[in-house]
Amino acid sequence: MAERRLLQKDDDEGSLFSRLGTDSPKPRVKFGGMFCNVEGAYENKTLNFESFSPNTARKITRGRADCYSDTFSDSGSVRSDFSSISHTPNRPQPAASSQSQSIVHPTGPKRLHNARRESDRLIIKGGKIVNDDQSFYADIYIEDGFIKQIGENLIVPGGVKSVDAYGHIVIPGGIDVNTSLQAPHLGMNPADDFYHGTRAALAGGTTMIIDHVLPEPGSSLLAAYDQWRDIADVRSCCDYSLHMDITRWHEGLTEEVEALVKDKGVNSFLLFMAYKDKYQSSDSQIYEVFGLLRDMGAIAQVHAENGDIVEEEQKRILELGITGPEGHVLSHPEEVETEAVYRAITIAKQANCPLYITKVMSRQAADVIAKARKKGMVVFGEPIAASLAMDGSHYWSKNWAEAAAFVMSPPLSQDPSTPEYLNSLLACGDLQVTGSAHSTFSTAQKAVGKDNFTLIPEGTNGIEERMSVVWDKAVATGKMDENEFVAVTSTNAAKLFNLYPRKGRIAVGSDADLVIWNTKEARTFSAATHNLTVELNIFEGMECRGYPEVVISQGRIVLEGGQLNVTEGLGRFIPRKAFPDYVYKRIKARSRMADARGVPRGNYDGPVHDVISATKSMPSTPTTRGPPCPGKTVLAAGRNLHQSGFTLSGNQMDDHIPRRTAQRIVAPPGGRSNITSLS
Amino acid sequence: MSGIGYQGKKSIPHLTSDRLLIKGGRIVNDDQSFYADVYVEDGLIKQVGENLIVPGGVKVVEADGRMVIPGGIDVNTCLQKTHLGVTPVDDFYQGTRAAVAGGTTMIIDHVNPQPGDSLLEAFEKWQEAADRKSCCDYSLHMDIPQWHEGVKEELDLLVQEKGINSFLVYMAYKDLYQMSDSQLYEAFSYLKELGAVVMVHAENGDLIAQEQSKILDMGITGPEGHPLSRPEELEAEAVYRAITLGNRVNCPVYITKVMSKSAADTIAQARKKGSVVFGEPITASLATDGSHYWSKNWAKAAAYVTSPPLSPDPTTPDHLHSLLACGDLQVVGSAHCAYSTSQKAIGKDNFTLIPEGTNGVEERMAFVWDKAVAMGKMDENQFVAVTSTSAAKIFNLYPRKGRIAVGSDADIVVWDPDRTRTITAKLQQSAQEYNIFEGMECRGAPFLVVSQGKIAYEKGKLHVQQGTGRFIPRKPFPDYSYQRVKTRDNMMGRQGVSRGMYDGPVYDVPATPKYITPAPSAKTSPTTHQPPPIRNLHQSNFSLSGAQFDDNIPRRSGHRIVAPPGGRSNITNLG
Repeated sequence: MAERRLLQKDDDEGSLFSRLGTDSPKPRVKFGGMFCNVEGAYENKTLNFESFSPNTARKITRGRADCYSDTFSDSGSVRSDFSSISHTPNRPQPAASSQSQSIVHPTGPKRLHNARRESDRLIIKGGKIVNDDQSFYADIYIEDGFIKQIGENLIVPGGVKSVDAYGHIVIPGGIDVNTSLQAPHLGMNPADDFYHGTRAALAGGTTMIIDHVLPEPGSSLLAAYDQWRDIADVRSCCDYSLHMDITRWHEGLTEEVEALVKDKGVNSFLLFMAYKDKYQSSDSQIYEVFGLLRDMGAIAQVHAENGDIVEEEQKRILELGITGPEGHVLSHPEEVETEAVYRAITIAKQANCPLYITKVMSRQAADVIAKARKKGMVVFGEPIAASLAMDGSHYWSKNWAEAAAFVMSPPLSQDPSTPEYLNSLLACGDLQVTGSAHSTFSTAQKAVGKDNFTLIPEGTNGIEERMSVVWDKAVATGKMDENEFVAVTSTNAAKLFNLYPRKGRIAVGSDADLVIWNTKEARTFSAATHNLTVELNIFEGMECRGYPEVVISQGRIVLEGGQLNVTEGLGRFIPRKAFPDYVYKRIKARSRMADARGVPRGNYDGPVHDVISATKSMPSTPTTRGPPCPGKTVLAAGRNLHQSGFTLSGNQMDDHIPRRTAQRIVAPPGGRSNITSLS
Repeated sequence: MSGIGYQGKKSIPHLTSDRLLIKGGRIVNDDQSFYADVYVEDGLIKQVGENLIVPGGVKVVEADGRMVIPGGIDVNTCLQKTHLGVTPVDDFYQGTRAAVAGGTTMIIDHVNPQPGDSLLEAFEKWQEAADRKSCCDYSLHMDIPQWHEGVKEELDLLVQEKGINSFLVYMAYKDLYQMSDSQLYEAFSYLKELGAVVMVHAENGDLIAQEQSKILDMGITGPEGHPLSRPEELEAEAVYRAITLGNRVNCPVYITKVMSKSAADTIAQARKKGSVVFGEPITASLATDGSHYWSKNWAKAAAYVTSPPLSPDPTTPDHLHSLLACGDLQVVGSAHCAYSTSQKAIGKDNFTLIPEGTNGVEERMAFVWDKAVAMGKMDENQFVAVTSTSAAKIFNLYPRKGRIAVGSDADIVVWDPDRTRTITAKLQQSAQEYNIFEGMECRGAPFLVVSQGKIAYEKGKLHVQQGTGRFIPRKPFPDYSYQRVKTRDNMMGRQGVSRGMYDGPVYDVPATPKYITPAPSAKTSPTTHQPPPIRNLHQSNFSLSGAQFDDNIPRRSGHRIVAPPGGRSNITNLG
């Protein structure tokens, strides 16, 4: 086998030499070359996966099947297949369990009977592996949907399909953190459902989506969750996870939220500050939910727009006689988004809850997030494909259908410099993840609002174009390097939502969701060639460098040579645990530090003014109030971050003496200055 | 002729002092300073200049080179605001006495009706009380405790006939005064059409209510719970929101009581972006900080309770003075609302019941002098601007008040920059037992105060008389704040795009009425008149709102040169 490998390399020699010195870091030279990597060097650098080894990962899958078996049928034979194989006694131990990660034992012909399994074994050769922290040249061996080996000169079983990645980079599959493939608007379902949506995702190099569950206001969250799971399990082509939208908060939902976090694997919840009288939550409600989510260890997401102002503006614009899509952008000015972002951050700060702003569409909103991060807030911002590539000039198009295709909330900014600016913030880490907010409606569906822009279903496409857009606008222009590209399209999302390192990294033991990315050539987006059902593509005619050459999802090649080969229903639900470290480490530490303390005082025994029965104007006070004796108020001796260092909360013997703020020297040494001696 | 004689509180009107010559002073207005004499007759300034020719027998005041400045205008007092049925111990008499003693010759008091009360009735009640008691000129702000359709008529009347051009709305005090964003939007729109100045008490009331119950649940019931439940972020957030609303409606916004650095910074930033917004720090926030809330002495800690609370950050006063000096904040108020210790003690077991308010009407001018001018942050002209002239301009009193010029009201202060005194409750005019500035030394004090052409304070003695204060009506549309607003209105017309009818297929929407945004209740539909559509400043120049013949052609975001001159670069060769 080694000979064969060598021969293959010889064939490649010509092209290899021509490449030398033109790229950096240096491409891998032939085996044995002077600058070749030390064999096995990378095995040590990959993560120690003992704690989250494939076995653990598989246990999660199996565990889910167990605990949800009453609720969900594991659609497809994949999962049961999975667990049975991994526990076949005569099967050799996989890499991680036997400590040495570089050696894998050929599994022999025992498993040949399983035809589907066979296609699971892949070796990706010659590519540059790009993770969020480093890039290096190595081959990748994939089996059972996991990455089994990374390194050079891997020893792999015979008959393994080999994928050539020479000249390309190999990156973790993209994670699209924001899709709405099932969320209805006015009773209309999006044109692209889980099947079409995930198909397009895979075609664009995204191997996992996190979709928003949008329950009707007042209905059960769990029921909506079940509905989404049922549909997605049957229809989805790639792995998926779910965010839960809270459309109308009331106390009764506390238990459901708890159940979702603890048993159902949902750790992120979206609240709306917009859509008045429909989904909008008040500041009090948001505060309450934030407090609950912090206790649960979940991430609070916010759709940030001031719904009160939007509604007033909509009324005004309609009164002016403006009914076309341009009214949408006129009634959703940037400031309204910015204000809500600011408010959301304030509330999150009060509740000490991590905050995630979905759909950052304007410069100002992004600036507010960046500034809050500088002050130490745990806040994350998600620009989307549309805001990274397009501006809002299309709302003024004379073509109604085109203008309507761009309608989404918050709208695209009118400022043509917005995409560039957002890409810059993305590159410097002020914004962290990219989504697509993919929610497409056909022109006929959009036309429901042809006489009233407020009825136009909101949403744009972007699931397929997302990765290419970021590459073209940020990496190809030099704003961002390839590692940062991986971070914003995949790794950060995985860390934020507690999928890491199962997703978002190329490492032994991670899921085999990989993309071989062609960095050199460009392609053009068009509704004629995209994989969606809608008639219009908002990126129509845009030429983008960088596209996926090969996409591997769950260890299977789904895109190769321009051919999509997806299977409906193969997507698994990926449960996410609460308290993601990336987010909650700081929050936990702060909770410990932020205890407020009362001041122990003697009882006030002076005269008290009689209150003339004025109960009506009493501020709403809580029902349970502490005992009047303040002596009991001393809490655990933590420290109060709200107090300044100058606090007098300790016992001060001179408290009754009025405090002098400054001492003025009336007769300074050297005599008084001219100015003070004027009088 | 000279009305010198010792005159106590109950003295008879001294008719003789109507004519007055202030000699040898340096007149300081907000724009320039110069040496001149001032001749006052009939309550008006008649002559300004050197070697004035005046009738004989005029009382002459020698200023001896001291500054002669326009009397201060305190834009924020609450001398009659009830809290749980309790009235402040400083009423219009005590309060205005203290004001005059501190060099302030006009106050603008807040009329504070309870929710459900008629605004007009409250106005008349306030005016009646003030006419009877006030010792200096006054004007009134109107607080709007609740927004509903019925208020509009009263607002019309107040603006058109009663001479009120400023209205306060609350973003705090949940379930009491607080308004929702929709209501604020409507209130702003309506007040803008009346030409009034919108004042905002900016704190996020929803969050405060939550924090209060949290703090009480923790067992904290003392005054330290007050600042703990009202952290400064909540103030800054509300300021930001108020400014956003103001920008959307395009109306001037005035933030009362700027207490924290972050709120002040928010205002400064908005002004840089062109918003018409004004900020008012108060005596307390300019002179002291919030560390006293943690005092072991309950009465002392409670005396500092005001909303928004004083910031515990000890650098706040300095920062606010800097912003005041550079013009990012414009006016200084006192938010004087003095309750006695026994009144404050209503909240001895629950900080949310402590009546809110601090003193400051008497100390206001002196602290700005001491902390800003004497420190070199501010010059004397800016001092006049922030203590008097800007307030007169914002509230349309200028040039009747706020300037020393021929024809202006004779509200004049001869300011002694060198006198140093120590603030203490024993020497103050206010009836409160506790002075929050107790023990602070302060440079700068009035040497002589002339109110309505009469000497009201001289050599440490007050010569004031109850009921001499006049109500000063104020007209709407003050130029200082509305000129820009009007121009922007003219420029901001919006236009739709004229398109052919969409004639493609339309999806059938199943009848799901619950998904349609419910029609707003009757009280939330302002029929605002709209400015003529001319140009929209919010649109970028790149707007395609005109007819573009190539609109149907998809737009390319960039052209990529595939074969550049000089051949392809190495990097593109790689693939």
